Amino acid sequence: MSPAILLVLALGLGLAGWLAARARAWTFRRDSSTGRIAALPVYHAWYVALWIVVPVLVFVGLWSVIAPQLISQSVLSSPAAADLPAFGFQRDAILSEARSVASGSAKAVFNEAANGLVEPYRAAMARYNVIGVLATLVIAFLAGAWSFLRIKPDFTARTRVEKAVMTILLLASLVAILTTLGIVVSLVFETFRFFGMVSPLDFMFGTHWGPDPMSNPDSPDGSRYGAIPLFWGTIYIGAIIAMIVAIPLGLMSAIYLTQYANPTLRKWIKPALEVLAGVPTVVYGYFAALTVAPAIRDAAFAVGISNASSESALAAGLVMGVMIIPFVSSMADDSIAAVPQAMRDGSLAMGATTSETIRKVLVPAALPGIVAGVMLAVSRAIGETMIVVMAAGAAANLTGNPLEAMTTVTFQIVAMLTGEGSFDHPATLSAFALGFVLFMVTLGLNFIALRVVKRFREAYE
Amino acid sequence: MVTVVHPNLEDTDAKMSARDVSVFYGDKKAIDDVSIDIPTKYVTAFIGPSGCGKSTFLRTLNRMNDTIPSARVEGEITLDGEDIYRSRMDVVQLRARVGMVFQKPNPFPKSIYDNVAYGPKIHGLVSNKTETDEVVEKSLRRAGLWTEVKDRLDDSGTALSGGQQQRLCIARAIAVDPEVILMDEPCSALDPIATAKIEELIDELNGRYAIVIVTHSMQQAARVSQRTAFFHLGKMVEYGRTSDIFTNPLEKRTQDYITGRYG
Amino acid sequence: MSDRLAPTRTAEFEARLKKRYAAERRFKMAGLGAILFSVGVLAFLLVTMGFNGIGGFQRAEMDVPIDFTQAGLSGDPALLAQPDAAQTLEAQGLPSIVDFYAEQQLGSEGAAQISASAWRLVADGIIADPTILRETVTFSLPASPKLAAGLNGEGAPEMRALAKTLSDEGKLETKLDLGFLERADATDPQQVGIWGALKGSMLTMIVTLLMAFPIGVMAALYLEEYAPKNRWTDLIEVSINNLAAVPSIIFGLLGLAVFLWIFPNMRSAPLIGGMTLALMTMPVIVISGRNAIKAVPPSIRDGALAVGASPVQVVFHHVLPLALPGILTGTIIGMARALGETAPLLMIGMRAFVATPPQDFTSPATVLPVQIFLWSDEIDRGFVERTSAAIIVLLIFLLLMNGLAIYLRNRFEKKW
Repeated sequence: MSPAILLVLALGLGLAGWLAARARAWTFRRDSSTGRIAALPVYHAWYVALWIVVPVLVFVGLWSVIAPQLISQSVLSSPAAADLPAFGFQRDAILSEARSVASGSAKAVFNEAANGLVEPYRAAMARYNVIGVLATLVIAFLAGAWSFLRIKPDFTARTRVEKAVMTILLLASLVAILTTLGIVVSLVFETFRFFGMVSPLDFMFGTHWGPDPMSNPDSPDGSRYGAIPLFWGTIYIGAIIAMIVAIPLGLMSAIYLTQYANPTLRKWIKPALEVLAGVPTVVYGYFAALTVAPAIRDAAFAVGISNASSESALAAGLVMGVMIIPFVSSMADDSIAAVPQAMRDGSLAMGATTSETIRKVLVPAALPGIVAGVMLAVSRAIGETMIVVMAAGAAANLTGNPLEAMTTVTFQIVAMLTGEGSFDHPATLSAFALGFVLFMVTLGLNFIALRVVKRFREAYE
Repeated sequence: MVTVVHPNLEDTDAKMSARDVSVFYGDKKAIDDVSIDIPTKYVTAFIGPSGCGKSTFLRTLNRMNDTIPSARVEGEITLDGEDIYRSRMDVVQLRARVGMVFQKPNPFPKSIYDNVAYGPKIHGLVSNKTETDEVVEKSLRRAGLWTEVKDRLDDSGTALSGGQQQRLCIARAIAVDPEVILMDEPCSALDPIATAKIEELIDELNGRYAIVIVTHSMQQAARVSQRTAFFHLGKMVEYGRTSDIFTNPLEKRTQDYITGRYG
Repeated sequence: MSDRLAPTRTAEFEARLKKRYAAERRFKMAGLGAILFSVGVLAFLLVTMGFNGIGGFQRAEMDVPIDFTQAGLSGDPALLAQPDAAQTLEAQGLPSIVDFYAEQQLGSEGAAQISASAWRLVADGIIADPTILRETVTFSLPASPKLAAGLNGEGAPEMRALAKTLSDEGKLETKLDLGFLERADATDPQQVGIWGALKGSMLTMIVTLLMAFPIGVMAALYLEEYAPKNRWTDLIEVSINNLAAVPSIIFGLLGLAVFLWIFPNMRSAPLIGGMTLALMTMPVIVISGRNAIKAVPPSIRDGALAVGASPVQVVFHHVLPLALPGILTGTIIGMARALGETAPLLMIGMRAFVATPPQDFTSPATVLPVQIFLWSDEIDRGFVERTSAAIIVLLIFLLLMNGLAIYLRNRFEKKW
């Protein structure tokens, strides 16, 4: 809990600085002959407060990362740590147990070996807590004193505070780039490690998927890492079955809502579609597994298909399609609404019926937007995880039969990372390679789709 | 107050007639009690200051006001004696018979060819490629656009210049062989040269179709029309031969308008 | 031209017109059908969940009267005030006392089907009010999952028979189980609750909100109001638009590779979960925030600039307050999405079995959607109803949030 205390401390010191600086700035105002100073007192206050809070926050951020490692190091160098197992699972378990007892979140140890470590932990924690608090105070005092001494009647506090605000805003907008960078770097890094163990050719073109997390990590069997069945399952479920459901239904819903429905109906249906879009995927997954999949299996039995599986690509795809309907609908809605009213009037004035106008003028005119919407929908469907995890199955079948179980990229990412394999095993690392492929494909789809949408909008503006 | 109708209008056969027509947008009355006969063989111009209701009235003639949910029409409008609002007149057929050209050129985002062929195709007036080719060529020729576009019929209609787009829209309208063509300020978005071409075209089409043109330019009305109706504040103030309206208006408001006192 | 009838007035035209109108009607019906299908699926889903979920808020319980005057338990209030009072009572033989009275009331077969940890309920009752040790008190104790299944007409035939006998005698009943909202995860479907997961969700959402909202709003302000038009801003914009569409599981991989690498001791902590979801929610807030800021008319900025306000003052005094309702709407929608998110949290280990509600932001926790996923994997039939009940709770929260967003949008939506 030490970072939280430091945080409160930082804000408290900031407030103190704020009040002190404001009081001082008011005295300038009283003392000055004209009654005018270069900035309002409140800007002096903010100037000092920022000078205190920002350095302290930076320190607290770094400290909360560094301190636990310093604590572990000092514990490991204590004599009690000498008889720990050298590495691996057990060592980590003992250490974390001792730590949680020392910090008070657990009452007693289960593992006797951890007992001796509790005291060193407690001592190290107390020591570094004191160091953290002291360092915070020193930093806050130095920064506060320096900035406090700078405020004078002619000090342009406002410009400086505004410059700081501007910098903070800029930094906030950089978080997006950092996130993207973080995704790319972490995926690329782990993917390279994976390709150091398994040939990329085996991965991209192999047709058999069956990593064994318990196998010897030093001699992985490349022939078990063929991802083609996963790619196929992903495309078959997300881009084919789901789209067969979602495109016609979503498009027709949008057309009906924008062109036919009276305002009252629209007022009720639109929120209903929004609710449909807001249902969490885990609920859809449960629905697919509990209701849709058994129904499909029973229907298959009824028509004489005896080998239908209870987990099927069809169930996952259908439910995913339903999930995507509101998304396609709202994209199509936007695109059709972007077509100028003049087009519609022009066609109606020729004596076209409403449906002729829609099919021959509105939809073709809105087509770029609709296609982009479908691309975004596909990207969403192939990245969808919970429905396939709960309903599609784990078997990597390379088949066109929708009644069979199929597995997808996202399913295998979950399976590989929630299994028992160690973090250095190629089976675990393969999840990152799959994630990298998924990221690149969705990135490509999104990028193209957003460009198309942008150009489409501009064409009619 | 009733419309002043010039007494010297010879009794031409009326293609369309409006009797006591009022148009409402919600509670607001946009057109108040307008009665007019639109002759078969002439160009009729509606003039008046902006917001006077002339475009609204034009849109009642092919029921384009139906597309505005709050609009309501009272009174009677007939096409060849049939009431277009109450009889079994079908709105699709009505619009095929009463074509319309809009203020801003609105070609469909399709090829020039497809723009012109659109009407004949949806109405089933053509059954094969040869017939379609014929209709397209004939319509484009009549619209005076053929020589300019005959080598690039597959180009998008939106790639043409503004004036060409408007002539394309006229070609699109006449491709279904309508009986009446309504033009809603067809030149207001065009430069003077393109305007001159459209006016020339209206002259050529005159006599073949009954043409109603809404314009805010009195000079244009004087140049292209034989009949003129002056609208003001939702009422039709005066109706007569164009020459009479411009040289010898009977109403003071008409006179004020054409002499430029307001508008 | 006038020598023949216009082509649009012929009989063929009229015949074609009939067909065209038929096509028009078919098209319109198809549109209506699509809408009805979507709404129908939604209704079916909600009804299925509701129907199953009602059972999740109930459980099979058996009434057992316990005469504490005969039990010989020491009612020392000082002892019972200790945190380990339950263990003290266990040592004094409370489990066998409960078993004894259960057998008296239900017969040996019935007593065997009392939930194994039923004595804890009794212990809790005693700790809450030690005076009951001087009287006879009737406790409603949960039945075992097998017997509960039997009461539902499922499971082994002998259990069904036993359940029928007991319920005919009025000893076994299905009762409203509001404890479902107060307990945490357990292995016995009769004993599970969602408070643990709900609290985990709340802690996670607090972290998400505290991180995503300020950063998102600040980024939106910068991009919309101050950013120069150059390659960097383009890059930021492309990043944000793409992040908004990146599959959520990728954020899970990021959280796993980066956050858990920095904080290796915080697997399945709400802090890490919240940070991961914050990265996912931030782009949504930025995009909706930018739209809201864009909707503030330039005339307001001009007016403020004209009286000598600095650009920062213009934004913080005028633009931000006017855009705030729109930003809040987007934030709530983004938060609702984060609340229902499962996959990224699986990646960072929030799928552990957590039987006690999390104490703080760093203790192991699970969240509501993950709890649903975990229960959906359980084989025991009793979990089906509990899962649906958990889904109902989740959907209620989401509906409230979305409703609030729609309300805000309608209430504050301004046309300038």
